[in-house]
Amino acid sequence: MKFSGGVHPAYHKDTAGLQIEAMPLLHRYVVPIAQHLGAPGKVLVAKGDRVARWQPLSEPVGFVSVPVHAPTSGTVKQVAALPHPLGRPMLAVEIESDGEDRPWEGLAPLGDWRTLDPAALRRAIQAAGVVGLGGATFPTHVKLSPPAEKKVDLLVLNGAECEPYLTADHRVMLEQAAEVMEGVGLMMRVLGVSRACVGIESNKPDALAALRRACPADVAAEFVLLETKYPQGSEKHLIYALCGRRVPPGGLPMDVGCVVQNVGTAVACLEAVRDGLPMTERVATVTGAAINVPHNLRVRVGAPLLDVLAHCGGVTPDVGKVIFGGPMMGIGQFDMDVPLIKGTSGVLCLRDDEAVLYEGGPCIRCGACVDACPMGLVPSAMGLIAERFRFEELGDWHVLDCIECGSCAYVCPSRRPLVQHFKRGKAEWRDILEERRARTERDAKRAETAATA
Amino acid sequence: MTLEPGTGPDGVPTEPATPVAEPITPRDLIVSASPHVHAGQDVPWIMRQVLLALLPGLLAGLWFFGLGALRVLVLAVAGCLACEWACARLVKRPATLRDYSAVVTGVLLAMNLPSGSPWWLVLIGSIVAIGLGKAVYGGLGYNPFNPALVARVFLLISFPVQMTTWVVPQGPGTALDAATGATPLGAIKEAVGLGRTVADAGAPGLRDLLVGNVGGSFGEVSALALLLGGLWLLWRGVIRWQVPVAFMAVTSLVTGIAHLADPAHYASPLVHLLGGGLMLGAWFMATDMVTSPVTRRGLLIFGAGCGLLTAVIRLWGGYPEGVSFAILLMNAATPLIDRWTRPRVFGEARKLYREADAA
Repeated sequence: MKFSGGVHPAYHKDTAGLQIEAMPLLHRYVVPIAQHLGAPGKVLVAKGDRVARWQPLSEPVGFVSVPVHAPTSGTVKQVAALPHPLGRPMLAVEIESDGEDRPWEGLAPLGDWRTLDPAALRRAIQAAGVVGLGGATFPTHVKLSPPAEKKVDLLVLNGAECEPYLTADHRVMLEQAAEVMEGVGLMMRVLGVSRACVGIESNKPDALAALRRACPADVAAEFVLLETKYPQGSEKHLIYALCGRRVPPGGLPMDVGCVVQNVGTAVACLEAVRDGLPMTERVATVTGAAINVPHNLRVRVGAPLLDVLAHCGGVTPDVGKVIFGGPMMGIGQFDMDVPLIKGTSGVLCLRDDEAVLYEGGPCIRCGACVDACPMGLVPSAMGLIAERFRFEELGDWHVLDCIECGSCAYVCPSRRPLVQHFKRGKAEWRDILEERRARTERDAKRAETAATA
Repeated sequence: MTLEPGTGPDGVPTEPATPVAEPITPRDLIVSASPHVHAGQDVPWIMRQVLLALLPGLLAGLWFFGLGALRVLVLAVAGCLACEWACARLVKRPATLRDYSAVVTGVLLAMNLPSGSPWWLVLIGSIVAIGLGKAVYGGLGYNPFNPALVARVFLLISFPVQMTTWVVPQGPGTALDAATGATPLGAIKEAVGLGRTVADAGAPGLRDLLVGNVGGSFGEVSALALLLGGLWLLWRGVIRWQVPVAFMAVTSLVTGIAHLADPAHYASPLVHLLGGGLMLGAWFMATDMVTSPVTRRGLLIFGAGCGLLTAVIRLWGGYPEGVSFAILLMNAATPLIDRWTRPRVFGEARKLYREADAA
């Protein structure tokens, strides 16, 4: 089934043919404690401590929280607020590598997932700090623990990789097909579902063939080649394209019986259980016209951006923008000392002439954004409202359903910064809702005390 | 700036990478919100496409009405550009001449005037179009009514004689003080009004209507040339099909029913489709993005409304021509239409997923 809206940006998947290469060991790593959506963990190490590779640096605080682990062995140089890809400095552990890459003795491999019960698998996945590698970095064990009243019957494996330039998932599907499908089986066991659906965009038929070939006999998966259209990899649109179910506004995939996981996450879950290995590395595409030697890199989490760029031959003199993620939803970086983290699917280096800073003009109501919005919103009207700071009206326009995919701004002939407006608008509208909730609560309490007095 | 590779052989820790030249600093990099790429089209591009699409109709008008038409065109474009510049100057905003929108307004205004219009009429029209039609609302994007049509209707009401003195087309050599006559629709209206029949009006044949060898505003006469330009706009993705198709379909339908019921007093729908300002209106004026709805469903309603009002005014109204009034009235309805036709948010479906599964 095809969703309406969406756009067809130039795909630039130039790195699709490059094998994943492991990044050499670095001199230092900066491991932020918060690399996931949810509560940041509690730091377990202090300045001067010696740590081993894979040793936990933090422990989860509550259910929606995961630990982070040391990418190599060495000494803790500092635990401080350090540059973070999200923009503002956040608590991180800086490790000076000792070059021994000595493994931690506490690793606890569980062996074959087929013989383990779901609760043990979930615990292992959380302890390994596994988060969704698609970019949103939601803790995987939480997604794999739907409440009993949600009847989940389908695991969706997201191999769409609809962001231009990025090829990390593509390479993982080609080079680690067997592990991806084992991971799918494992996650199906955790969820207790008997059906899995693998969705891949039609520009990667080789990935689909590889996964199909590698699928173990006891993993009941269907493989579907999807239209190549951005944002095919958006959870809601992927589910709709695969099985026709529509996640309701404000809802989650589990509301329609689905759980969506990224291909890299499947591998991470398998490694966490089979080998007891925490998530300390990921595959990231380093690409763009302004990088000298593009790569698909297996990077240890915490590797500083500067070192990664240097490993890829450095940037060209005309570099204009360095982005973590893809060109549609990625985050522009201004500090080359930020580390690559679990959610960094790629580093995109654009040239000056590709990274023009637009001055948005007035909306000419051409309706291109309305046609492009995959969520059925009216970005033109919402942009005008947000521009005038009338945030309390944005709720009526379903601003919270905006997935920030950027399709509207991509087509806007006036180059209006629509996504920026909606990001701010969402935050402001959430604040207004919170304020209203607090006020009703206060009023109720006051009425109560008045009644008892 | 090149960065010195700071990595050694596998397994050996290396010194941190140090840039050879100056390090990359925030100054050098652009940091802005996503998306970081763009489809490439912009407002000047859209306006240039519209101008290109107007070219066939413009050339046909110049061919049939000669120098008089050229004079009106030059005056209108110059007047609109000057007014746009002056308005920006007045409110101390940067001049917006480069977005081509004032040129489009000027060309459309010119095409909506008789080729024999006196110079002051054209200049007043330009000032009304840009000043009263657009600038007072805040410029491009904020005007509720199509600026060229605001000017045309203003002139029609204020200077009815000059605005209905139609030059008879005589080819490129048409003199500036050429003979004048009626438009096909005007002739029919007059004949029927005097109790005669459509046939008595002696209206030109369909072939003349198609190529444009008839009296009228100089840019509206050649249905064929305008249709060509309109189709090209559609193919380029600048306009959406809903407005012109709904517009032409509903006008044809209503005038067709009237014609079938009483052919003696109501002209054939083909005359209504090819005559008057319908082609210019349906393809170039009603499709004005700023003053029409944003959703496709809305555009369909908008186009149908334009078609219905045009037919009603032409058949039963006081004026022989109703395209301008119809479009302006529907411009006024645009905010309402936008409200009614808000698309359904993804997932807000009546159909539950279990039904989708069963299907």
